[in-house]
Amino acid sequence: MDLQTLWFILVTVLFCGFFLLEGFDYGVGILLPFAGKQDHERRMVINTIGPVWDGNEVWLLTAGGAMFAAFPNWYATLFSGFYLALFLILLALIVRGVAFEFRSKDERPSWRRLWDGAIFVGSALPALLWGVAVANIVRGVPIDAGMHYAGTFFDLLNPYALLGGLVTLALFVLYGALFLQLKTDGAVRERVERVARAAWLPVLVLVLAFVAFSAGQTDMFATLNVVKLASLAIAVVALLAAIVAILRKRYGLAFVGTAVTILATVVLLFGTLFPRVMPSSLGAAYDLTIYNASSSQYTLQVMSVIALTLVPVVLAYQAWTYWVFRKRLTAQSHLEY
Amino acid sequence: MDALTLARLQFGVTTIYHFFFVPLTIGLSILVALMQTAYVRTGDEKYKRMTKFWGKLLLINFAMGVVTGIVQEFQFGMNWSEYSRFVGDIFGAPLAIEALVAFFIESTFLGLWIFGEDKLPRKIHLLTIWLVAFASNLSAFWILVANSFMQNPVGYHIAASGRAEMTDFFALITNPNVWLQWPHVALGGLTTAGMFVAGVSAYRLLRIDRARSEGRELFRASMRFGLAVAAVAVLGTMIFGHMQGQRMADTQPMKLAAAEGLWNSEMPASLSMFQIGNEAERESIVNIRIPSLLSLLTYNNPGGMVLGINQLQQQYEQTYGPGDYVPPAIWLTYWSFRAMVGAGALMFLLGLAGLWLGRKRQVIAPRWFLWLLFAAIALPYLANSTGWMLTEMGRQPWIVNGLMRIERAVSPTVGVTELLITLIGFTVVYGVLAVADVYLLQKFARVQVGEDLEQTAQAPAGKPDHAYLAGR
Ligand code: HDD
Ligand code: HEM
Ligand code: HEM
Repeated sequence: MDLQTLWFILVTVLFCGFFLLEGFDYGVGILLPFAGKQDHERRMVINTIGPVWDGNEVWLLTAGGAMFAAFPNWYATLFSGFYLALFLILLALIVRGVAFEFRSKDERPSWRRLWDGAIFVGSALPALLWGVAVANIVRGVPIDAGMHYAGTFFDLLNPYALLGGLVTLALFVLYGALFLQLKTDGAVRERVERVARAAWLPVLVLVLAFVAFSAGQTDMFATLNVVKLASLAIAVVALLAAIVAILRKRYGLAFVGTAVTILATVVLLFGTLFPRVMPSSLGAAYDLTIYNASSSQYTLQVMSVIALTLVPVVLAYQAWTYWVFRKRLTAQSHLEY
Repeated sequence: MDALTLARLQFGVTTIYHFFFVPLTIGLSILVALMQTAYVRTGDEKYKRMTKFWGKLLLINFAMGVVTGIVQEFQFGMNWSEYSRFVGDIFGAPLAIEALVAFFIESTFLGLWIFGEDKLPRKIHLLTIWLVAFASNLSAFWILVANSFMQNPVGYHIAASGRAEMTDFFALITNPNVWLQWPHVALGGLTTAGMFVAGVSAYRLLRIDRARSEGRELFRASMRFGLAVAAVAVLGTMIFGHMQGQRMADTQPMKLAAAEGLWNSEMPASLSMFQIGNEAERESIVNIRIPSLLSLLTYNNPGGMVLGINQLQQQYEQTYGPGDYVPPAIWLTYWSFRAMVGAGALMFLLGLAGLWLGRKRQVIAPRWFLWLLFAAIALPYLANSTGWMLTEMGRQPWIVNGLMRIERAVSPTVGVTELLITLIGFTVVYGVLAVADVYLLQKFARVQVGEDLEQTAQAPAGKPDHAYLAGR
């Protein structure tokens, strides 16, 4: 395996970590107004992710940094091309991040409503837009000979990409509901249970529609290999298993099933890309690939040593954090504001 | 305005805004860790309350640092795509490492610090805040490695493809530029935190805790601590700054000439104290100078030759071909330098004066001095912002010194409309956040600490909304 392939895998891993962790974060943020009717219930909802949301977000920052370091052309083309979409995501992440810190620091209901709204919008918008962005990448966007994006913002809003956005949105809502089911108690828990029981059907429909649509819009099934077949099979089976678990009220299992679905979907999409990183809709000659987008051999070597030693350490202490905060929050829990 | 100007404006605005919060995080995380260490070692409740009080302000500030940082991470790709292609091989590495080694530690352990107090053993809980402080300063190191490459490129070659490629990672992290810049910035952060703690404490002593013995003791201790930190740290900042100036004569003489408003080479060179210049004609109209001082400061020798803007321009035309190599808005670079140095000198004097006035344990400095300290919170912010304006504007028209001019760096696919949308969008959102942030900071700076807190600490779970500083 060459270093470019290794780095493609590493970037995939970082995006897996991002969607796996921020997925339920976004879901919790979207569910905040529905799951928490009273103020202390909302605080309980926020506290389920309070200790971890920033650490989760760093997976995205690291993925961005890794793209920059290993595939500068990918980083440059993607972020200058998807300019306004990224701008919206950034605004959402800004207001969401401060809202967690700000909302409880003043008692006035209007203040709290404002920041709770910010958490909702700041979670829903990226949940939707990341799906749109990834679907567009896999589908291919106009990239010219100079590696520049030659489309407009509105080209990104095609039906396939929008469907992709709805898939991530719905999937994260379900995922967040299951997470809250496991982490809360009382009325909140009952409400999110209802959400989970209502959400699985739309999720299933959307995912199946997306897979079917992918056959026409992308070359997901044009060439089949082990990775793609396996990840597709795992995604579908895990989703079905999650649904059965929801129906049987085995929410822990359902949570794991949803997580596996998300992971397998990310792998399927990146597997479809490989060895390209951004296919061009103007012709395969203009595709960005792991080779024409990559850094030099030397840089990749240095970064490989650093990443392969550090990523396991990060995984270890983040896992420890989840262990420290493993307990369910109840009405009696001391809530840190 | 053209796309280039807008892109630069956007970078300047968002980065300076980010750096409004960064130095306080860098310094205050260390001070809070020290306070908590004092608590763990002595068991004295006063230190616990200090930790809580300053810790809350740290958290509010930290949140702003985080969200404004996310924008920075993606801005190179968004607005400076050609720059990213040209130097990505080198520049991306420190950014990725920063996220991997520093941001993960910072964010994960800050979460543990905030929410883990009753879940972790005391010493482990203390360790978490030290890790946050360590990681904040480490993050500064890595981003400054990236920035130092732009000031003084090392460890690279220009490949056949025309882009810069890394040849020596070790050279990158031992760049002499970063080993002055990092201490200067980190000590500037400590200065910021010291002045902040001293200034807020002064306000408390004036307005809230004059008559309350509990708060008085706490804030007098905080004020002395802040002043001592600020005095020592600003001295260090100035020493490293001085060394940076000397290095600049070597690696970026044009920046030095701009910072000094030195139009023509002089030997010995005089130090300009106040100048009104005519940039179009490249000459000064009014210039008050101290003879030989610039030579002395630059070379430790009153006779050395300092190159001027006109001579450097000629020299660069020979090296790099025809073109304009003079930084725009020299007046800004010139006055930025003076503002930073002036603010530094003032802070040093204030620190010394404060320590002298409060030298007897029971005495609180006079009222007028406390007001002065409160007003002086603005000084480190002024020095930090103007410091960066000097560093970044003085480097123009280069984005990477000697390698890439700024016009080549900007994203060709991003138009004026898009830039205007994002520039206005970021400015409006940042403006609103600034209002909310200041509102919260002043609210928390007034929160009661002391006896009455112990009662609110017992408030039932679920609604201790006004008990942030409560014992837990
Ligand atoms: C000298 C220090 C310094 C400088 C010059 C910069 N930053 Fe910064 N940054 C920090 C020091 C710092 C910090 C102290 O680590 C922060 C500030 C407060 C905080 O929460 O962490 C931070 C936060 C922060 C975050 C959020 C991390 C998180 O989610 O926890 C990102 C993504 C960046 N920064 C990225 C950047 C980029 C791309 C910069 C270049 C323009 C930059 N910063 C300049
Ligand atoms: C956080 C502290 C920083 C501040 C306050 C700051 C300030 C500025 C300012 C005012 C400009 C505009 C200069 C001009 O247009 O004339 C600028 C430009 C720029 N700076 Fe910085 N800077 C900071 C850190 C950094 C770092 C750490 C990097 C690199 C890692 C960096 C890279 C750039 C780039 C790419 C530009 C755009 C091109 C340009 O206009 O020069 N800056 N910065
Ligand atoms: C006598 C006092 C000082 C001197 C002589 C001095 C000198 C310098 C010089 C020469 C630079 C430019 C370095 C370069 O572009 O290569 C600089 C930058 C800077 N200064 Fe200062 N400085 C002083 C005080 C301060 C103080 C008190 C602060 C903040 C509290 C501060 C904050 C900064 C910052 C944030 C930068 C930009 C980052 C950098 O390039 O290091 N400075 N300073």
